[in-house]
Amino acid sequence: MIKSRKALSLLLSFAVLASSFLMSACHEQVERHEFIVPDAFDSMHQYEITFWAKNDTNINQTRIYNQAIEDFEALYPNIHVTIRLYTDYNKIYNDVITNIATDTTPNVCITYPDHIATYISGENTVVPLDNLFTDPNYGLGGALVRFNSPSVDQVVPEFLDECVINNRHYAIPYMRSTEALYINKTYVEALGYEVPDIVTWDFVWEVSNAAMAQNADGTYAVNGQSVMIPFIYKSSDNMMITMLRQLDAGYSDNMGNIGLFNNTTTSILRTVADEVGQGAFSTFTVSGYPANFLNAGQCIFAVDSTAGATWMGSDAPLSDIHESEIVDFETVVRPVPQFDTANPRMISQGPSICIFNKEDPQEVLASWLFAQYLLSNEVQIAYAGTEGYVPVTTMAQQSQEYQDYLNDPAQYSIKIAATNMFLDNIDNTFVTAVFNGSTSLRNAAAQLIDSTVKSVRRHETINDDYFDHLYAEVTALYRLDQLSGAKDSRTDLGPLPAESKFLLTLLGVVWIGIGAYFITDLVKKRKKA
Amino acid sequence: MKTFKKVMSLAVVAAMALSVFGCAKNDASETEAAESAQSQVDAEYLSYAEYEAAAIDTQVTVLCTVMATQSWWEDKITVYAADQDGAYFIYEMACSEEDAANLTAGTTILVTGYKSEWEGEIEITDATFEFADVDGVAIAAVDLTADFADDDALLAHQNQYFSMSGLTVEAIGDNGEAFFYKWDNSGTQGDDLYFTVSDGTVTRTFTVEAYLTGADTDVYQAVEGLNVGDTIDVSGYMYWYEGPNPHITSVSVG
Repeated sequence: MIKSRKALSLLLSFAVLASSFLMSACHEQVERHEFIVPDAFDSMHQYEITFWAKNDTNINQTRIYNQAIEDFEALYPNIHVTIRLYTDYNKIYNDVITNIATDTTPNVCITYPDHIATYISGENTVVPLDNLFTDPNYGLGGALVRFNSPSVDQVVPEFLDECVINNRHYAIPYMRSTEALYINKTYVEALGYEVPDIVTWDFVWEVSNAAMAQNADGTYAVNGQSVMIPFIYKSSDNMMITMLRQLDAGYSDNMGNIGLFNNTTTSILRTVADEVGQGAFSTFTVSGYPANFLNAGQCIFAVDSTAGATWMGSDAPLSDIHESEIVDFETVVRPVPQFDTANPRMISQGPSICIFNKEDPQEVLASWLFAQYLLSNEVQIAYAGTEGYVPVTTMAQQSQEYQDYLNDPAQYSIKIAATNMFLDNIDNTFVTAVFNGSTSLRNAAAQLIDSTVKSVRRHETINDDYFDHLYAEVTALYRLDQLSGAKDSRTDLGPLPAESKFLLTLLGVVWIGIGAYFITDLVKKRKKA
Repeated sequence: MKTFKKVMSLAVVAAMALSVFGCAKNDASETEAAESAQSQVDAEYLSYAEYEAAAIDTQVTVLCTVMATQSWWEDKITVYAADQDGAYFIYEMACSEEDAANLTAGTTILVTGYKSEWEGEIEITDATFEFADVDGVAIAAVDLTADFADDDALLAHQNQYFSMSGLTVEAIGDNGEAFFYKWDNSGTQGDDLYFTVSDGTVTRTFTVEAYLTGADTDVYQAVEGLNVGDTIDVSGYMYWYEGPNPHITSVSVG
């Protein structure tokens, strides 16, 4: 887990420049024709395809990828898959952009739709999958597919919709997770509260403030330790995005118009500042992994991905802290805190798969067949079991094998609880709009939270001027003004420069001259005739 | 607080040990350093003891010598630095690519940032810096072999350049591997390396941080060549992550 800290912060900053780099790089790339599905797959020719995959620094996931490749190659002996493993989405993004410029993209790539939105700014770089989905022979559930492939209808619609950019599917979902609130129930009850089925933000703040009570020796009454950060949020960007969505406040729209800097955002940041001031709240960026604090009895409410469930709780199979530091307590899993318990909202996240276009349509078809294999039950159920992921197909979710897994008492109970929480709330999930620049906006949302947390801890004055300055600073850092401006086609660019007027006039004169010449020539020919 | 006037004493100390960096200065350069120190006489900085005593989240300014850097990226660089009394880990310091090229071992810099703690690691974050035109302090590795099993003793040397000798390489995985790519062997060549060593009483996990010493470095290749049972001497920086998690920069098999 150590490396993630650096990779995140280092590589997120890369994203700021990625869009502009790609735009220039795309001018130089090889022009590619739009992919057309071949009538038949060439089983005689050998195809070498590359697969850039992401795992959560989890050896079991690596093994599942390798097993999937082995099984697929047995089904398609003329397709050879070479995997390149990453543990960070942004590193993949970085490398893909670099390789678009040199026309050395992978064939199949695990990625986020946010990133694909940037990739497709190069024409025909990423293959639209709509025609492949419905191809009767090689499409989802196609007649000539050599494994049990799900039909389009068997891919969870909410997850499939996340892969639509500009009205076309540019990806298929691979795994999905959401965020969960992992709670030290023992401490909540020790403080005199009961954990509700759906936890509100007010409840979290109230209990967190109660947990700040100290003994005469300076230790915290609830845990008897010198450290207590009652509430830690792993993903600062998700925190801001989720709170805004729950309050129906602005963030962005499909056109790339940015609404992040609004009064609700300021109100959220004021609450964050108040709670940090009381010592009740921090983030991963500022303090560290929520799991480490939770398991040491130094945190009561930890928000992290369901895909990180195996790190959470006293009996977590994975842990970065010494076993002597782990405190015994009861862990319960709930949806992330809500403003409206009758209308819970939580983010849907997780990897998707895209296919890059190549000169040979047969190579693309081979890529598609492998990508499609990753939706088979064999892969979906195995991979979902490595963490609190949910398979993206109803075919897998409803299979007896998956149901047995969910009911297997040998599985880590917190992982299963997190998975079930997500399965129960798929209808309550949302995603943010995807556009070229949405990655930068997400980073900006994170920075608003993290900067506020740091500023309070550093005893800076938090007032209107502070937020004005923060918004301006974040806007400039992530070039958000350029994103919004580029999307507004109604912007008045002012009068044409004199040089432009001259050139346009000259162009008009030339066309008039050409027209006059042809008319004169035509008249002369008719006269001769 | 100290002022840059005290840089003169640093320069004297440095002059005694310049051979470590192989960049002995002549009289003229010492004069230049002193003049530069005079020219920045108003710049105040903390002694290491004052830095150590400063509360977390307070702004600090320290004068220190660069020991090593991780790879520069997007106007940020992470620096391992020290003065004659202690060491600093400066996380993602603002730095242009041009300046990063000059942040070589032995360079003295004046760093201003916030003292922070992340998973037990005391570090300086959100930092900016300026070059101090004085010679660096020679930083010799402190021998921590005798402290190998003692967390508190190692904590007292957090971030310092250290050495340990006579350690035995133990299997890190169930399959008898001598090292892992990433902590659970889910990575590939180019990722961080993890290996475990023992002094006969305690086993610890050491790391080769790829951003500090990548796959093309001697230490990376030395660890890839380790065998279970090898006796090794190591040196590196006493980084902390929920306990000692040293970043190893050299390994030699005894």
